[in-house]
Amino acid sequence: MSQRVVIAGGTVVDPVAGKAAPGDVLIENDQLVGVFSPGAGGAESDTVMDASGLLVLPGLVDMHVHLREPGYEYKETIATGVAAALAGGFTSLACMANTDPVNDSAAVTQFILERARVAGGARVYPIGALSAGMKGERLAEIGEMYRAGIVAVSDDGRPVMDAGLMRRALEYTSMFGLPIIVHEEDGHLAAGGVMNEGVTALRLGLHGIPAAAEEVMMARDIALTDLTGGRLHVAHVSTAGSVALLRDAKARGLAVTAEVTPHHLFLTEEAVAGYGTNAKMAPPLRNARDVEALRAALADGTIDALATDHAPHHHDEKEVEFENAANGVVGLETALPLALRLVADGVLDLPALVARMTVGPARILGLPAGTLSPGAPADLTLVDPERRWRVEARTFRSKGRNTPFEGWEMAGRAVAVLVGGRLVYDDRPGTAAALRSAAS
Amino acid sequence: MAFTQRHLLGLEGVPAAEITSILDTAASFKEISERDIKKVPALRGKTVINLFYESSTRTRTSFEIAAKRLSADTVNISASTSSASKGETLADTARNLEAMRPDAIVVRHPASGACHLLARHVSCPILNAGDGCHEHPTQALLDLLTIREHLGRLEGLTVAIVGDILHSRVARSNLHALRALGSTVRLVGPPTLVPRDLAAFGAELHTELAAGVRDADVVMMLRIQRERQGANFFPTLDEYSQYFCLTEEAVRLAKPQVIILHPGPLNRGLEIASAVADGPYSVIMDQVTNGVAVRMALLYLLVARSKGEESGETAAEMIGDAEPVRRRTGGRA
Repeated sequence: MSQRVVIAGGTVVDPVAGKAAPGDVLIENDQLVGVFSPGAGGAESDTVMDASGLLVLPGLVDMHVHLREPGYEYKETIATGVAAALAGGFTSLACMANTDPVNDSAAVTQFILERARVAGGARVYPIGALSAGMKGERLAEIGEMYRAGIVAVSDDGRPVMDAGLMRRALEYTSMFGLPIIVHEEDGHLAAGGVMNEGVTALRLGLHGIPAAAEEVMMARDIALTDLTGGRLHVAHVSTAGSVALLRDAKARGLAVTAEVTPHHLFLTEEAVAGYGTNAKMAPPLRNARDVEALRAALADGTIDALATDHAPHHHDEKEVEFENAANGVVGLETALPLALRLVADGVLDLPALVARMTVGPARILGLPAGTLSPGAPADLTLVDPERRWRVEARTFRSKGRNTPFEGWEMAGRAVAVLVGGRLVYDDRPGTAAALRSAAS
Repeated sequence: MAFTQRHLLGLEGVPAAEITSILDTAASFKEISERDIKKVPALRGKTVINLFYESSTRTRTSFEIAAKRLSADTVNISASTSSASKGETLADTARNLEAMRPDAIVVRHPASGACHLLARHVSCPILNAGDGCHEHPTQALLDLLTIREHLGRLEGLTVAIVGDILHSRVARSNLHALRALGSTVRLVGPPTLVPRDLAAFGAELHTELAAGVRDADVVMMLRIQRERQGANFFPTLDEYSQYFCLTEEAVRLAKPQVIILHPGPLNRGLEIASAVADGPYSVIMDQVTNGVAVRMALLYLLVARSKGEESGETAAEMIGDAEPVRRRTGGRA
């Protein structure tokens, strides 16, 4: 028997149409029926979910997370990563291949999908390794992983130094229409570096990674994309120079897309002062000039997606000397409120921001997510833009506590999340029990 | 101005008046080392741990003598004998040492920021004896004391620091302290070892030794690490030496009263000619002597002072000093 639910009274943000307006969203079973003007969507038989005062968004998509399973379950599991994603408002995740074993075979891809099915909740899309064992030597069995369900190919965390291998990978993956996600960092220029090269690194006596380490690799890969007709997606862009390269590549009509992380939009190398290891990540935090360029690029669409690069680590891997600390920060549970701050700061409008967190990444990966089109999966994120809260890592659903935003005062938070029409996360005061029964 | 630091992690941001107060205290302590019985009771009953993760002869010995001349009990831990060789983390080592209630920990570690990490885990003062490429504050303070003794002041002097600035914790600490006290600092070396961003610290950058030392009041040579040769910072030690070895000819370009410093150990004939190292303008041995006084002063200021202030004792009373405090010994040694 069909079950219809109308989500009524909220402000519906449609990233494709580029507008935010009062409206009702009608879903039937696991699909969206459509968006209607207030009061026009429901019928008497429908269950009503009150979204007064809330923003109703397509479920958020994070195209860059590290779920650590298999192999590093002490850092995160697919189940805890999914729980963190839902609490942060994300309904679709693409997880990177640097597990142990590396996701370089159909068997590992299938294992990840099975663990995600058991975990339930968010949709998990594996990314396959570009090279066998992520060793940067020969291609992984990309075709077999494609059949098993990968949505992209990447050696994220281990930049591909061999230009010949990258050229072949771009050619070969074009057969499947899969994008190659690149972590752009020249290993020779970055050798020994643990933070951005510049005044702060000199002050702290830490070895620097120059912006050029990212830019020379990006210039190389843009040239190879031009050569091969492949699809290139640049992960976690961090420098103003990279933005200029992207802008030029896009103007030339190349199939190049890019993402930026919240931490590169809100923090600079100054965050490393005091040797706090939660400010250590790859690529490193850069300068204010880079932050401004990244924000502008996100606003004008040069950067297509906001992605967290959620990288949980154990406390013991961070409570060490800075140069010995693991790279990376968690992001799933802080990305949305930080993103809303960009709207409050006037960097871009709400529909554009939502596009970078929904349809933008979904299109890059070919996911059936991120829109409010009739027939689309009923994945929705309801956000209370007024909810005030303070970041306390100990309350995270993620096993990772390695956030550089500890103690930040936030405004806005996901309060209810539906995946395939099911209410899988509900943090609305007082209404949780009633709605859980209504939507199930 | 009173000395207010809880730890000595570095000299960046330490106000000029506090640096002067350390130097004044050190100058007053020098006399103790000239006594027949080189011991005062200032740190009696206190425990000072020397925790060294890098080999060191000069600095560790200097700290140990300084603590002993103040009557502290000292314990030396080196990386080869410590649980670090069994894989214990620095944070765990810190927790264990803290549980034994030391009154100060002197730390040398190859990682920049290691002292900051330790300071988060212990309640006693941490004295940085060199952390990675970050800072070596006691070396800079003894350099400043030596310069002040010989030239009578720090303000308005031109100090050339020559060599591997990029990797030098000695250069960083000196740069911060000398700038705070009004000296002009020139950093001299090949651009690979003197990155352009250093100009942001208010230093003049030079790639030519002659221009760097011309009319300088002080030339401070840094030890060149042999392993830089393999990392393309310069082609060979021989070529480096041709361009940046401090020879007598180069010294003649500096002011007539110039003094030459080197933190040691010396690479004779590589960064400094023997004739210069042993020449009349060399104050290298004075640096070593002053090292003990500076470390005594810091141990005193960080460990004994809080207790002393409560009981109203002054430095002179604590050390049983009958002579007037000598701020400067003046003149050339």
